[in-house]
This record gives sequence, C-alpha cells and structure tokens, in this order.
Amino acid sequence: MDLKIQTKNLDFYYGEVQALRRVTLEVKEHQITALIGPSGCGKTTFLRTLNRMNDIIPRSRLEGEVLLDGQNIYDNGVDVVEVRKRVGMVFQQPNPFPKSIYENVAFGSKMLGMNHSAVLDEVVEKSLRQAALWDEVKDDLKRSALMLSGGQQQRLCIARVLAVEPEVILMDEPCSALDPAATLKIEELMQELKKEYTIVIVTHNMQQAARVSDLTGFFLLGELVEYGTTGELFSRPRDRRTEDYITGRFG
Amino acid sequence: MSRYFADRAAKRLVFILGVSAFLILVLIAVFIFREGVPAFQELGFSLFGTKWYPSRDAFGILTMLVGSVVVTLLALALAIPLALGCAIFLAEVAPSRIRQLTRPAVELLVGIPSVVYGLVGLVVLAPLIADISGQGSGSSVLAAGIVLAIMVLPTVTSISEESLRAVPPQYKEAALAMGATQWQTIRCVLLPTARSGIIAAVILGTGRAIGETMAMVMVIGNSPIFPDSIFSPARTLTGNIALEIGHATGTHESALFATGAVLFVLVMLINSIGLVVHRRMAR
Repeated sequence: MDLKIQTKNLDFYYGEVQALRRVTLEVKEHQITALIGPSGCGKTTFLRTLNRMNDIIPRSRLEGEVLLDGQNIYDNGVDVVEVRKRVGMVFQQPNPFPKSIYENVAFGSKMLGMNHSAVLDEVVEKSLRQAALWDEVKDDLKRSALMLSGGQQQRLCIARVLAVEPEVILMDEPCSALDPAATLKIEELMQELKKEYTIVIVTHNMQQAARVSDLTGFFLLGELVEYGTTGELFSRPRDRRTEDYITGRFG
Repeated sequence: MSRYFADRAAKRLVFILGVSAFLILVLIAVFIFREGVPAFQELGFSLFGTKWYPSRDAFGILTMLVGSVVVTLLALALAIPLALGCAIFLAEVAPSRIRQLTRPAVELLVGIPSVVYGLVGLVVLAPLIADISGQGSGSSVLAAGIVLAIMVLPTVTSISEESLRAVPPQYKEAALAMGATQWQTIRCVLLPTARSGIIAAVILGTGRAIGETMAMVMVIGNSPIFPDSIFSPARTLTGNIALEIGHATGTHESALFATGAVLFVLVMLINSIGLVVHRRMAR
C-alpha cells in the first residue's frame, strides 16, 4: 500500500495555545483513516492541516512537515490553491451554497473556467452518481440545494468535492448532524469512494470508526497516542489511555 | 395587583409611543400634500413643466426633478464601485490592524455635517472643475455628483460590509476547501450571498442622496435648467425648496410644498422598489 500523506513532527499553535504535539502519522492510499478522540483533542485541527485550511486562522502557527506524495505542502512556493484542489474537504455541518443543486456541483468546474454546458452537465451527473445522490435529485437539479434533507445536503457536498477530482477527501465529522439512516448511506458511500480516493475522517463516534475505517488514530490532548489498523486498535490497544477511551472510561 | 397595573400601563405607553411615531409621519405627509394642493389646482400639469420663473408665475419643476435624478445617478455610479471595493477590503482582505483604523474612519465620515462637504466641494472641487472644463465657476452636476458620492460612501460601505460579514463562514470555507482563490471566493460566493444586503445598502444610499440639500445648494449652481453636460449647473428638488421658501408666498409657496410632495413620492418609490427587490432576493 502506497503512502499518500505523511506528517512529520507536526506542532500547531493557536496563538500561545499548543493544539498539536509532534504528530507523526502516515495516511495510506485507497484506505480510510479514522481519527478519534475526545472533544478538543486536536483531531479536527490535525485534519485541517492536511489541506492547509488552518492557514486562514489568524495568529496560528505550524511547525513540522506535511508530505503529500512526498512533497511538503508547507514549503515555500507551494500553491495552496493547488493543494486544496488535490485534498478536498467535507465539513461537519452540511454547507451547500444557497444556489441550485446543479450550481453547487458545477461550482468548482465553473471556477476553473469551464463554461461548456455539455461538459458541465456530464461533470454534474457523474459526481452526483458517485455521491449516490443522482437518482434522488435528477428530476429537479434546478431546485435550491437548501431544500434537500440534511443527509442529501451532505452527499451533495461530497458530490461538489468529487467534481473537482481531488485525490484525498478529508471528512470532519460528516455524520454528526445526520440521523442513523443518512449516516448509513454516507458510510456505504465511503466504501465505494475509497476505491478511487484516499479518505481521512474525523469522528467522535467510535462505532463509526470501527465500522468504516481501515486505520485508526487516537488523539488525546494534541498528541497522537496510538495509530494502527482499526482491528488492532479496537481489540488490542497497546496504550492504556486508548483502552480507557475505547472502553468508555472517559470521553 | 399593582404589578399587573404596571404591566398594563407599560404596554399602553409603548403602544401610544409607537402609534404617535407613525402618526407624526402621517401628519407631516398630510401637511405637505395639503399645502401643495393649491399649486396642483392652480397649475395642473404645468407644475411638471420645464420653466421655473416665480416672478412670471411659471412653476414647472421638471428641470429640478431631472437635476435630482441625474445627480443621484452620477453619485451612485461613482460611489457603488468605491463602496463595494472598500466593503470587500474591510470585510475580507484587510489585516485586522488596518481594519481597526479604517472602519471607524469610514464611519466618522457619516458624522461630518453636510455643509462641510459642501464647503470643501465649493472651495476645492469647483475651481478644479472650472479649470478642467474651462467654463463657469465649476459649480456643476459633476461637482455635486462627486460631493454626493463621498457623502453616501460611508452608508453604502458599512451596510455592504455588514452583509458581507454576515455570510456564514461555512460558505467561505467550502469554497476555499475546493481550491477557490480568495478572489474567486469573494466573487462567486460572498458577493452573491450578500446580494440582498448590498442592494439594501445602495437603496439607503440613494434615499440619502436624493434628500441631500445643503451640500447640493453649495456646489450645483442652482440654475433651474436641464443640464446638457456634467459641467453644466442644475438645481435639485431639495435645493429649490431651501433656496426659495424664505421669501415665497401664495402660489409660489404652495409650489414649493408641491416640490416637497414630489420628493416625498420619489423617496417612497425608491424605498418600495428596494423593499420588493430585497424580498425577492431573500426568497
């Protein structure tokens, strides 16, 4: 299995507060990597360093390296826009734009200067199919995306990311605002998507991590306490703190 | 018992205050229209004629209506791009230290009395325009438009900025996370989402521009003629009232109230259009 992303001794600070401590982790291609841990443990901060979304936070600071296919994305001269095209992101709250379903999915291509409507139609259909949403919305693509249910909105956001053809998809608790049925759909979708993409998901739901992921990392107080295959981590945790967390002793 | 009494009394009081605010507005409107009625009766449609010679009983306000509209449009054409640029800069681009300096500065502009704007226009702008155009004193539609643009700038800027900042940050994050540049995010996500607020800002600015009096009187030249170029003088509806009410009697006075009534209708019209557009956008 090839390495896709590799972080080396990653430190991250919000002002004076250190949010990540020497995090070293390897994300493997075409695998689902889950990051778990209690609130405030740094898992979301870590996720957002992988496509430089933390850049927009004032007075934040990062030390260490994030290698995407061996290239440090924080090197001088690396185009952050290019990084984010390759590493897309799905957020905790579904955040479709207040535009039509079609416009949402076509957004990225239009931004890149694609105006040919036949090509756009194709991109929209392909992305919606990939996100398992096409059959539900194909008859009213002109409808406002805000009319969709929460689960549909989240799949629309996934379709919107897929339309840009990223290599990695970061998911920040994508199901925390969804009901169990919608959650199941997203989880099934992830299994399909990992054939073509590499997925990193942050979740506070340990059952979800156990169900969907191949590899799991446990964060606590900004540190990566333990990282390994999901089966190992949940059945034979090496660290006492991991065991305490997954057995529900805190969190 | 007494608590209920206080409660009821407070309710009554608030009700009375609220109704009286509305009533005062209605009374002003009624008064303006009533005072204007004799002019309407006597002059009929010649009130909307092109000749304003009070000494010869010609009271046509069309030139002033055109003057007001032209100056306002010119001011908006100058102010909107500037205000939008400024709002985008303040909301999205400016580092926080610069923002902390610039925003109060913009808001301070609202507090400067309009006579001061007029003075600067008269002393600085008009001579400059006279030099460029090579005609007259420089008191002109252009001078008035520029002064007015500067005067509505803070209003349009701060309301546009507010509506840009009110765009949920998730939209911005979504666009950035897809590899949108900062400018693409502003153009494709922030501006369309803040559209209705920006339109409201422009309409408020328009209302302010059309009602501005003192500064206009000082820099526009006040000739009741159709301006044939931006270097031509003109007169606004507001200026007409301010200039002549002091010595007007009879039909002349009534014609000035009629001018006020027309102004009133114009502002109402603009605000209604604004409201309709705002509602349609919100949907």
